[in-house]
Amino acid sequence: MIAIIDYGMGNLRSVQKGFERMGHEAVVTGDAKTILSASKVVLPGVGAFPDCMRNLREYGLVDVVQASINSGKPFLGICLGLQLLFTESEEFGISKGLDIIKGRVVRFKGPAFENRQSPIDNLKVPHMGWNSISIKRRAPALQDVPDHSNFYFVHSFHVVPEDKSVIATTTNYGFDFVSSIWKDNIFAAQFHPEKSQALGLSILKRFGEQKG
Amino acid sequence: MLTKRIIPCLDVKGGRVVKGVSFVNLRDAGDPVEIAKAYDEQGADELTFLDITASHEERGIILDVVRRTAEQVFMPLTVGGGIKVIDDIRNLLLAGADKVSINTTAVHDPEFIKAASLRFGSQCIVVAIDAKRVVAHDPDFKPPLTWADDPQYQSLFLINSELKTRNSKLQWEVYTHGGRKPMGIDAVAWAKKMEEYGAGEILLTSMNQDGQKTGYDLELTRAVAEAVTIPVIASGGVGNLEHIYEGFVKGKADAALAASIFHFKEYTIKQAKEYLKERGVPVRL
Repeated sequence: MIAIIDYGMGNLRSVQKGFERMGHEAVVTGDAKTILSASKVVLPGVGAFPDCMRNLREYGLVDVVQASINSGKPFLGICLGLQLLFTESEEFGISKGLDIIKGRVVRFKGPAFENRQSPIDNLKVPHMGWNSISIKRRAPALQDVPDHSNFYFVHSFHVVPEDKSVIATTTNYGFDFVSSIWKDNIFAAQFHPEKSQALGLSILKRFGEQKG
Repeated sequence: MLTKRIIPCLDVKGGRVVKGVSFVNLRDAGDPVEIAKAYDEQGADELTFLDITASHEERGIILDVVRRTAEQVFMPLTVGGGIKVIDDIRNLLLAGADKVSINTTAVHDPEFIKAASLRFGSQCIVVAIDAKRVVAHDPDFKPPLTWADDPQYQSLFLINSELKTRNSKLQWEVYTHGGRKPMGIDAVAWAKKMEEYGAGEILLTSMNQDGQKTGYDLELTRAVAEAVTIPVIASGGVGNLEHIYEGFVKGKADAALAASIFHFKEYTIKQAKEYLKERGVPVRL
């Protein structure tokens, strides 16, 4: 059984329905026991980083996330669920994250985001819409995903891991940013598999098939 | 590279699609869920439901439509229409919507957008702006808003800007209530204000062009797209594929919303994307 961690942030129903569509049983839960006894754990999340961290703490789920990852069972992070794994984020000042992956979460910036009158393009923040991924290391969940496939993104911040060997995919938006990471039992993506039609669902399917 | 989005929009009333959709192979052409599935298969990038149900008591119906859609379709879904309180947003997101689109309530109470984006994140707060070209000014016009006297909003009002120059420069006025009520607010200034208040995206509809099938108001689209740093969805007036192309290239829109040309199968989403791709616009095929 897959536990989708509910800490009051975002549209969790789509994640659950996505797993169900792929034939995997999934529950949306904020209950520590249920999460700890699940065979796989998903940390979703949309919204602001500090709010998500605060909610995780208030729901008493920080240790639960840590324990789930330490246990070695397959762990999937989606969007904020990727960012929260990092040391800190610069969203609204500096906020401490779970510090499971060393690195920072930073805002999209640079010349490409400032030149509004550019005749070619002016890059908007949030980075919203379908963009392609370039696969650096093929995590098990990416098994059915051809290189350069498109996925749905919506975010203003992106992760910068200290250890580049955790990078699974990158995506170009003004520059190449890290769009997913894979480290041991953790696969975490900035894009939304549950919103990315058939290829997105293939990620949920393969994740659900992994053995702990 | 980030692709340009094509977004079909469905007007939903009492749980049924109005104005009709003439796809073949639909068991029920009035069922938003069936149509959503068809657009999903055609490769639409997102989907928008506009709930035009008049009564607030019927809000449960749209929630059920959203719930059933989210079970079938795994793509981003925006729902607009009749959002008045924070709980309306919460209920839609819980039902499976990814974004909500807010128009009249934003104009009546701009702080609502601030509260909503703080609570749910900017990424799910779309501010819909219905704008009309200013043709003449009425010196007796008084903004019908409670916050009209607040100094922080003065710059938004056309009435308070240089009245003499008002007609010499192309401007657009914000309308609410489905395009029926003029607000005396400058649309470009309003878009910037809404960005500052936490909107994650602007859905911009030209009231002049809507339903005309002669193309988007490209000057309006471009003026707003260049004024804000958040994505802008162009809406109102698409009659053919060239109009969509112009919306992206000349209007600098990030996404194109269209209804009838897709509903009545004049073009499929795929045809639109192939057309755009041939002309160098990045799209997802």
